[in-house]
Amino acid sequence: MDVKRRKFLKIAGLSAVAGITAPTAFNSLLNGAAFASSTEHGAPPAAEGSHATGHGGHEEESNLFQYGMVIDIKKFAEHQGLAEKCVTACHSEHNVPDFGNPKDEIKWIWVDDYEHGFTGYSQNKSMTGLNDLPVLLTCNHCANPPCVRACPTKATFKNDHGVVVMDFHRCIGCRFCMAACPYGARSFNWRNPREKYANGNYKFYKNGINPNYPTRMRGVVEKCNFCPERLAVGKLPACVEATGNTKAMVFGNINDPKSEIAQVLSANFTIQRNPAAGTKPSVFYII
Amino acid sequence: MLEKALVGNNKYWAWIFFLLGVISIGGLFYLYQFNYGLGATGMSRDVSWGIYIAQFTFMVGVAAGGVMLVLPYYIHDFKEFGKITILGEFMAIAAVAMCIMFITADLGQPMRIMNVLLHPTPNSMLFWDMIVLNGYLFLNAICGWVILNAHNKGVHYPQWVKPLIYLSIPWAFSIHTVTAFLYCGLPGRHFWLTAILAPRFLASAFAAGPALLVLISMILKRVADFDAGEKAFQKLGTIITYAALANFFFLGLEFFVAYYSRIPGHMHTLDYLFWGLEGHDNLVLPMRFSLTIGLIATTMLLFPQIKKKEGTFALACGMLFLSLWIDKGVGMVLGGFVPNPLDRVTEYIPTVIEIGISMAVWATGALILTILYKIAITVENKK
Repeated sequence: MDVKRRKFLKIAGLSAVAGITAPTAFNSLLNGAAFASSTEHGAPPAAEGSHATGHGGHEEESNLFQYGMVIDIKKFAEHQGLAEKCVTACHSEHNVPDFGNPKDEIKWIWVDDYEHGFTGYSQNKSMTGLNDLPVLLTCNHCANPPCVRACPTKATFKNDHGVVVMDFHRCIGCRFCMAACPYGARSFNWRNPREKYANGNYKFYKNGINPNYPTRMRGVVEKCNFCPERLAVGKLPACVEATGNTKAMVFGNINDPKSEIAQVLSANFTIQRNPAAGTKPSVFYII
Repeated sequence: MLEKALVGNNKYWAWIFFLLGVISIGGLFYLYQFNYGLGATGMSRDVSWGIYIAQFTFMVGVAAGGVMLVLPYYIHDFKEFGKITILGEFMAIAAVAMCIMFITADLGQPMRIMNVLLHPTPNSMLFWDMIVLNGYLFLNAICGWVILNAHNKGVHYPQWVKPLIYLSIPWAFSIHTVTAFLYCGLPGRHFWLTAILAPRFLASAFAAGPALLVLISMILKRVADFDAGEKAFQKLGTIITYAALANFFFLGLEFFVAYYSRIPGHMHTLDYLFWGLEGHDNLVLPMRFSLTIGLIATTMLLFPQIKKKEGTFALACGMLFLSLWIDKGVGMVLGGFVPNPLDRVTEYIPTVIEIGISMAVWATGALILTILYKIAITVENKK
């Protein structure tokens, strides 16, 4: 009898402790994980406390540093060929190889149309010419990035400016981040991009190599990184620079109310890609 | 006990050398892939996982299926499983070994695999999958080996193994649950983003694993003079039937949610898998075939007369295993990437290299299984 009671109390006590601590432990696991990766890379945890709103937009009151971009599609439509110029600027800046086939394709930023860029924003009768607009697509540098959550080695992480960057030397090439990205923004080096012809010329860097940015090896994932190497020396990202003074792209800290981008965002109606995924994209579009 | 695997008749050695031959050819293919990169496979930017990850997912299920023997035998004291429980545990070892090989074959930088340990990342489900899979391998290896060793010496196994046996039961559920979490926690992939993915995985695992074991046991009866016993077969048949029913029930739920809600994201992949999407229909025939033979096999298993006759029972188990292999080992992973996040359809066709490497992994699994079973059956038949 006594033994039974003691046993019962023991079990009851243990389950109570487990019941009380489990949710806390779970929360601390989630937050702790975010904290662990943020301390390592010196980045603040992504948009803490913003879960309450639940929609795709950024928190108004967030004062975290978060680089973002506004892409004005109308301005790109006015300036024929500007979007392609941005793509070329980016891809030659970052030594993005051109394999000449869709299977091996690597792209950091590319031109697509409204229908495929903004899936889910369906319209019964769409605006005339809507689908002819050049829509630039790239990594959204989400405040809540699923790719960072998925990476098993912290090879992709948010830096202290809110940019989702890649450590090409740590990536094991599992491509979990590619499955996790709801925007198709990530590419993989299916083969060696540094391959050369017998005469010593590179096969896939059609316009030669930019010595200021490393080339990658086969077997790692890559994507747009908002040009941290240019930002560090006071330059704008290569694509933004390519737009000149057309204002087709505005770049800056979206959480600094004094920044140009914050003012553009508060003066215009903008949309994000797939906001329902809850990733809080930092790239905004004016259509 | 390992020496027992070194004694065998000509057929045994022919089988071993056949497997070694397949492994060598696949090994050469892997060498090519290792040097060229994963571009040697059919994978692309849009379908970034192929048959390696699909086979990995299926094999996790086969590994977890071993628990359907361990649980009745050790928890419910179902004595008829006495002879074949060890086969279930050893099948789990071979299956997990295959999982690890498939994952390694899929890595772009396999030499960096230890980065997962050097930079442990608890927010990644892949980190947890590594822990549960290696843990399950360890648990089954310890339990299986110690119990067999005791059996060989004619003594009862030591008491300290008991907690490990009990631990291996929830652990088996965990490996397939965490494997489902790899998929169902990704916000942009509607087909995988379903809370019923883990239960579906478990149901198909508890049908496919025991079905494979039934087929292997029937082969062992002919080639190794090992009879698992009629009662054990019938019980396995019951387990397989219920698990298969649960599996197809869950699949039906997916169809209902997609086509009654009419949410495009939920329908698209099912459209692609069973009807074709925008003219792309590579998987339609295999998926319809899978569903058809799966339902026929499950219906067959409901009739005791069919289950009692060895030939028809084997046929039903074989059809069910093939059905579930196509469903999970092909359609589930590949379908999840169609359409891509931009609503475009890119299809994937595995290359000869990829298929060769996968066959070598299967052959390695079969080799591990053969050696372990040879030892287990030699010990058993000595009695």
